[in-house]
Amino acid sequence: MDQIHERLTEIVGAAYVSDAAEEKFIYSRDQGVQEPHAPDYVVLPGSAEEVSAVVGLANREKIPVVPMGGGLVLSGLTIPQKGGIVLDMKRMNRIIEVNEKSHYAVVEAGTSQGMLDAYLKKHHSALKHSLPDAPPVATIAGNIAIHGSGHLSQSEGGFHSEMVTGLEVVLPTGELVRLGSCSTVPGWFSRAPLPDLVGLFLGWNGTTGVITKVGIKLYPRPPYHDVLVFMTEDIDAAPDILCRIINTGMAEDINYALAPKPDYLNGFQMTVINITAHSEEELGMKKKIIRESLRHYFETKEAGFMPVPPNLKANFLEVPQKALSKFADVRKGGGFEYVGAIMPLEKIPQACRAGMEITGRIGITYSLGARIIGRGHSAMFFFAYPFNRADASEVGKVARALEETNETALKLGGIPWKTEISGQQLILRQMDPQTRELMEKIRGVLDPNRIMNPGNWEVA
Amino acid sequence: MDRDYTELLHRCFRCGWCKLPTNYQDFNCPAYLKYRFESFASGGRMWLIRAWLNGEIEPGERFAKILYSCVTCRNCVEACALPNIKDRLVDIFVAARADLVEQGRIPPAVRDYLKALSVSGNPYKMPQEHRGNWAEGLGIERYHGQEYLFYVGDVGSYDEVGMRMARSVAALLQSAGVSLGILGEEETSDGNDARALGEKGLADYLAGQNIGTFRNKGVKKIITLSPHGYNAMRNEYPVCGGVFEVFHYTQIINLLLGGRIRPGEYLKRVTYHDPCYLGRWNNEYGAPRRILGSIRGLVFVEMDRNRNNALCCGGGGGNFFTDMLGTGPDLSSRARVREALATGAEIIAVACPQCYKMLDDAVKAEGAQDAIEVKEVSEIVSASWGSHL
Repeated sequence: MDQIHERLTEIVGAAYVSDAAEEKFIYSRDQGVQEPHAPDYVVLPGSAEEVSAVVGLANREKIPVVPMGGGLVLSGLTIPQKGGIVLDMKRMNRIIEVNEKSHYAVVEAGTSQGMLDAYLKKHHSALKHSLPDAPPVATIAGNIAIHGSGHLSQSEGGFHSEMVTGLEVVLPTGELVRLGSCSTVPGWFSRAPLPDLVGLFLGWNGTTGVITKVGIKLYPRPPYHDVLVFMTEDIDAAPDILCRIINTGMAEDINYALAPKPDYLNGFQMTVINITAHSEEELGMKKKIIRESLRHYFETKEAGFMPVPPNLKANFLEVPQKALSKFADVRKGGGFEYVGAIMPLEKIPQACRAGMEITGRIGITYSLGARIIGRGHSAMFFFAYPFNRADASEVGKVARALEETNETALKLGGIPWKTEISGQQLILRQMDPQTRELMEKIRGVLDPNRIMNPGNWEVA
Repeated sequence: MDRDYTELLHRCFRCGWCKLPTNYQDFNCPAYLKYRFESFASGGRMWLIRAWLNGEIEPGERFAKILYSCVTCRNCVEACALPNIKDRLVDIFVAARADLVEQGRIPPAVRDYLKALSVSGNPYKMPQEHRGNWAEGLGIERYHGQEYLFYVGDVGSYDEVGMRMARSVAALLQSAGVSLGILGEEETSDGNDARALGEKGLADYLAGQNIGTFRNKGVKKIITLSPHGYNAMRNEYPVCGGVFEVFHYTQIINLLLGGRIRPGEYLKRVTYHDPCYLGRWNNEYGAPRRILGSIRGLVFVEMDRNRNNALCCGGGGGNFFTDMLGTGPDLSSRARVREALATGAEIIAVACPQCYKMLDDAVKAEGAQDAIEVKEVSEIVSASWGSHL
């Protein structure tokens, strides 16, 4: 056994360190089209102290460290580009605190979305957190670290990173720090009024440290839930339709989608409006107000509300939606990639046309759509491409489509989200040089040996 | 490996839905719960099998451990998001194990189990003539045309806990006037776990032996002690030419409720642990619950993971004998005991000799002997029905 392996074993225990071929294979790749790179070790820490000791060791020995949550990012952000240690955080999945009055939960970084949801349903049934449409094993920490969004992003305040009330983080040099109110007083209720250091660890793809605990906002869980689906063929009407719905203030979640299948819906766009309420009367009133906001469209027969069959309704009401994972098998090949671009709402029609143009030209299938973030403050527009992992030519086509889509998103005035390294380079090239320099300075201070997830956000 | 399977391997997206039960409460795969590396989850296994078939990794000791740590509980099948793949997941793992068996790359513990089964007809390496010892003093006759054959299986024949359970079930059925006989030394292992370990040839041979014996004796109806035997005889024996009416003993007790079995009072708080081979494999969730529900004074509480979401005790797929999950607090049996304790139950009711032993050991490992006890369904019925016994 080499010395590093021995030290890692001393820190986390022999059962939780592996340099076996099987783990090297699995942790060298994700579900997307990025090239695999094998780690030297996979380590499963059980506490923040163990993370601190592992990162401290890695810093002294100048070994790369890649933190990993659910491993579902698809864009290769947890692929160890330069080997080193992959820190799989999922053993750290304790739910530490739920504060019903101040509406927050504190969880360890490996806690999954599903586990927190189940815990809240059982012990604090009046509260919920915003769930992404990722599978429920996606972690809270991983999702906030990539600026994820979810089913409360429209109604309750934007990206999940905006719902963070505090963090505990291991710095690249091994120190354990707390950020937000928990740095000063016992409660994890707020980032304000302190200097906001939380942002140093959000959107950085694990290049500035390892998140070990998260304080996350909780929201009421109204017992009544229904869905409306509005259909139109006019792509250019999408921003207006979405704004009318948003401005009613009645919707919990608003998603927009178009796909070439099934054939009879090809050309139609679907706006899925989720509504929750505390009573049937409130639910009915909310639906009525939303319908009213779109009267212009259905009176002119340009668009209308679709009767939603029970099985489809069940899919729309499910959070997260299991049906979305089935999309990965559309090509009977277990592959699925997407560019999620954060962009202004008014760019949705152009993004749709660009997505259809790119996929038509390259010859792959697609699903396009958007989740509204905040009260129309932006949209997470997705260009999703399923593929057959066993078909190298199709994998190549999707990789090409991703590159082109990243470029297109930037040209349209959006920014690719949680994008792979080539997409990060596109962003950095277009970024204000002073901003880029600031990012470099911050990383230089935090991570002098550049051990954290090397390859990501690296200024060429 | 069967081409039908190889064409499914690459379609696993490794999305991870399979890791959680449908209520998302906690990890539901005993192997993943114990080892926590992605490689030990069902998706990891799918990708590694594909890598092996593509020549990207060698099937070494670790690979065999990953494949054999699957307890075939089918929790992943319940939770998988892909309808075209989910039903085949465990079949794929078993098929991959079969390839390892063929290539002689199985872990020593699996080899020893299969060897004992081949040589002694049981995994305990006990003499065949001891098979009927569990029934001593009960006055049960050998099968000679009674309505039912009571098939006890390996654990019921040789394991101390299993034998206690076999005696309890037999005594209850006898006292209810059920016409039954046993095979004693003529009984052979049901082969269910040999099949799960990838040794189809041995499983078929054992099935053939039992089918021959059953036929020679004119057996039409079988009551099994173990859900493992129930599964083999209900689903595998017909493929081998042996078609019988097969019941798990809880189904018979359930049929007799209110008639020949009238439970009395049992003033305990009880939860029920679903055995995988009765529940997920054979969709029988109701009978044991109806039995417990018929007992006066018994307060029945469900664990959060129940029925098709129930966490496996870790004893399925041959692991009861091969112990590929080892020890420690992350064993699913210990997690299950903690889950039962959280309900406030005083009793964990079981309906499988393997679950009985696994959970009984886990109660001790958790140091919870003063708080909770494992009891088998017929023991609870008999305790409530004491005056009849």
